Amino acid sequence: MAKVFIYPATSLILSTLVTRFGHQPLGSAISIREHIQTPGFDSPPIQITSDDPQYGLKWAAVEVPSGIRGRMSLYGPLVEEADAAIIIDEPDLAFGCMGCARTNELLAFMLREKNIPRLELNYPTSKEEGVTFVAAIKEFLKNLERQ
Amino acid sequence: MKPYVPQYVGTITKYVFVDSPDITPQDIATAAYEIAQGIMIKETCFGCQITGSPEDVERIINHLQKLDPYRIYVKDRGFPPGDARRCRADLGGARPGYLGHEYEMDLARYITYGLQETDRMTNEKLKITADQKVPRPEMLDIEILESLMKEE
Repeated sequence: MAKVFIYPATSLILSTLVTRFGHQPLGSAISIREHIQTPGFDSPPIQITSDDPQYGLKWAAVEVPSGIRGRMSLYGPLVEEADAAIIIDEPDLAFGCMGCARTNELLAFMLREKNIPRLELNYPTSKEEGVTFVAAIKEFLKNLERQ
Repeated sequence: MKPYVPQYVGTITKYVFVDSPDITPQDIATAAYEIAQGIMIKETCFGCQITGSPEDVERIINHLQKLDPYRIYVKDRGFPPGDARRCRADLGGARPGYLGHEYEMDLARYITYGLQETDRMTNEKLKITADQKVPRPEMLDIEILESLMKEE
């Protein structure tokens, strides 16, 4: 079973497909769960404390805004852990503030730079594209098992 | 700063979504309650949320997926249900995050169709289908954009 990073990291479809084809999806919920289940100082809503932007320095330079470094403290460990990645190009649902947008760009860049099997595709817009979408993911995950 | 004592440590929470003409969210929740054995289950408008040990949650999800294998979608959730930092009962208004679910559930019918079709395919057919290029509208050429700007 490989650990597959999914982008968008909150994707329901990718999460379902990766689990269905026998692998473990790595999404933002895993990091958030770890944060909110760790005791410490109260820092709602997702227990991001001042330590997190410092931890994020591992993946983003010091001149990068703290919002991005804080977000990278959630995603960075998952990217390092990932054995493979599935990326949806320009997903409509992953819009947000500038912090989210820049984190998403950095995340996609890190996944492309990392030497792991990677599948990039777009959301389907018809039934026929749905077949190609599922087939591409199924074939990609099947090949992961062989590797 | 006050100390933070987490709740439900060691548990996982999963969303179960259903988009089916045969199964309703109520059926999903009822089926989950039947084998819950003390696991926390919350019925929602889209399916349910299940919180418990990873083994128990897995057991219930495997059971639910048998009800409609192609139309049940599952994903992880960071927070347990009813958490005051996320729950609408405490915050008021729409909960952040449902926008993404709403967007993806619109596409779920294509994925369902894709799953049904690919399950019937041979390995060779699957490989051919997977390699198919999906035509995309071309991006606006930068020179055309520049000329349009100059015309203004």
